[in-house]
Amino acid sequence: MAIRRVKMDEKQVTGAQKLVQGLEREGVEYVFGLSGGAAIPIFDALVDSKIKLVLVRHEQGATHMADGYARATGKPGVVLVTSGPGATNTVTGLLTSHMDSAPVIVITGQTITPMLGKDAFQEADVTGITYPVVKHSYLVKDVEEIPRIVREAFYLAVSGRPGPVLIDIPKDVSSAPCSAPFTDQVDLPGYRIVGRGSAKSIQRAADLLARSKRPLLYVGQGAVISGAHKAVMTLAEKLRAPIVNTLLGKGGADETHPLNLGMLGMHGTAYANKALEHCDLIMSIGARWDDRVTGKVDEFCVDAKKIHIDVDEAEFNKIIATDVCILGDARLVLEDLIPLVDMLDTSEWLRRCSEWRKRYPLKYPRRGGLRAQLVLDRLNDITQGRAVLTTDVGQHQMWAAQFCRTTTPRNWITSGGAGTMGFGMPAAIGAQFGRPEADVWAIVGDGGFQMTQAELATAAVHKLPIKILIINNNYLGMVRQWQELFFDNRLSGVDLEGNPDFVKLAEAYGIKGIRIRRAADVTRKLREAHAYRKGPCLVVAEVAKEDNVYPMWPAGAPVTEMLVEAPKHKLEKPRGST
Amino acid sequence: MAAPELISEPTPKPIHTISLFVHNKPGVLVRVALVFARRGYNLESLVVSPAAEGQFSRMTITCTGDPQTLEQIIRQLHKLIDVVRAVDHTGDAAYQSEIALVKVACGLNDRTPVLQIAEHYNAKVVDYGPESLMLRIFGSSEKLDAFIELVRPYGLRELVRSGKILMARGLRET
Repeated sequence: MAIRRVKMDEKQVTGAQKLVQGLEREGVEYVFGLSGGAAIPIFDALVDSKIKLVLVRHEQGATHMADGYARATGKPGVVLVTSGPGATNTVTGLLTSHMDSAPVIVITGQTITPMLGKDAFQEADVTGITYPVVKHSYLVKDVEEIPRIVREAFYLAVSGRPGPVLIDIPKDVSSAPCSAPFTDQVDLPGYRIVGRGSAKSIQRAADLLARSKRPLLYVGQGAVISGAHKAVMTLAEKLRAPIVNTLLGKGGADETHPLNLGMLGMHGTAYANKALEHCDLIMSIGARWDDRVTGKVDEFCVDAKKIHIDVDEAEFNKIIATDVCILGDARLVLEDLIPLVDMLDTSEWLRRCSEWRKRYPLKYPRRGGLRAQLVLDRLNDITQGRAVLTTDVGQHQMWAAQFCRTTTPRNWITSGGAGTMGFGMPAAIGAQFGRPEADVWAIVGDGGFQMTQAELATAAVHKLPIKILIINNNYLGMVRQWQELFFDNRLSGVDLEGNPDFVKLAEAYGIKGIRIRRAADVTRKLREAHAYRKGPCLVVAEVAKEDNVYPMWPAGAPVTEMLVEAPKHKLEKPRGST
Repeated sequence: MAAPELISEPTPKPIHTISLFVHNKPGVLVRVALVFARRGYNLESLVVSPAAEGQFSRMTITCTGDPQTLEQIIRQLHKLIDVVRAVDHTGDAAYQSEIALVKVACGLNDRTPVLQIAEHYNAKVVDYGPESLMLRIFGSSEKLDAFIELVRPYGLRELVRSGKILMARGLRET
């Protein structure tokens, strides 16, 4: 079947050129991508553009880079890949961005329209495959739709609750002449963005707060996205209410502030979880009562009043029934709420919180080899909340969340909802492109790192001064921890025997490699890496093989079953999900 | 045209009726169906038709499942960019209607009771063959249920129902 050929006069542009013009109009600086047959017209159009193309080594890496760029800057990250396997390799990244509300645009090449549905070479029904993991998606059948779709995609990605948007463009569409003009307007009658919350519900929240003796502000990523961090601190100080934040809410409230008890949840600080157990009011500020936070839903804060501020109405009463729901942007809602509240008599409550802080501090063994916690504790001393930290998922992630305290928004980038291994290093690359002056540390495990390690080449070729800290215990450590605690230590599929020498691996890419074996060397070697700006620097911390993350409450258990340290008795298998 | 009281047993799970006003675009139906499927809801019937405004469509969906999940489903449907409106009409005083075609395999000598039932329910014979009858009936879904159960013993061979359609009364939006 022949592609319809249309003669173009010199002033006309192709769909691909129009697409790239659209990206330029949206202020795109970088496109993270990997080329392929169906996307060649778009890659060709990029040659004449000021947009810089970052060639990755695997499409999953591109999606995490775009995600890291987006979360570090608040601007949408853009991915460009080809059809078929190129497109399906973005699915994990789409899920990651979707679960964590990151604005990412994924543009996929597609086979020519006459061949759609006929098993053409490198054809995949990409819109079909990705429906559940995108905020919205487009299959472009008419070249004249390109200007409108590009505008809509960017508008949708960043507004309301952000998320990924996919644009699938058949090759004959990107090659065809396009004369449709750009417009700034979007016409989406099915899409509603909320701003200020209703005065009535905000007043009801203020009334509940006024009657509370033991309030707790529960800060999620919504506070980061809406830029509510200052309002959160103002509210906490005005009320004299303690704060806890979620894994993704790190940066939504200053973790070094005396009112902030740090991260709550399955591996949160014991004092944050004690406050959760004993509060008489909990107010979610852009947090969605995730199962890592609630544990057993039936026993979650049974006697506490619950207030929920969210930009996404579908989060209300999804997991936890609340007393007051405020639909609105977290910052705007807090700004309206602050004048309505007065200082509460929380002296006794704050005294108890600080007692818990003293009685159950974060701690770790000093013997038995180099401890990951010590490495991250020292890294925190060096970065002091000023660096951008990215992570993978697992033990290193939880230790980093506990020990590396976040003070400002957009300095903590982790895969929370999806729990994607291999996220951290490419996300750091994206973050460094977005914020070239920042110190960016990727904190990764030896397992996750190897899933996207090919992107070392991407970091090396651009001489990005990212620092990659591999917490190497030669295990898939979090799973090993579960097997030890809940499965009679029957280890299955967790021993990463065969790991490479990571320093030699770095050298093979022309990257500086540093190995840490002894506790005494940690600070000096981390400082050396931190100061190195000539290119990437990979630091391998050879840590104790068998160490566990505490505190911990088994999945699906109530907070009262929290283990502050290694249990003396055998544990039952968890009832909750993973 | 008064239908007799419902004869069949009430269904154990409540049947919900949801009306959607959506963009008429490819893929909308899949997006909508995924919201239900992921949350364990079973679609009983689905009617898609053009709306008065050409670029939009109507979907009328009846489904069964846990009522607590329904609130979440409606909100997730609302979140779809292509869904302009999602309304749960369960329990509303909306006008509802459905049409059914019923084929009864009964010979010329056995069809008197079937024709009596049909007359009572105002069902029209649309195909009169030597070995079978085709009847067309419209009305509320409950009326159709009752009619079908009455003719079933006489040799119900095939049944095709349109699925429920519904419109809010007065000037309220569907």
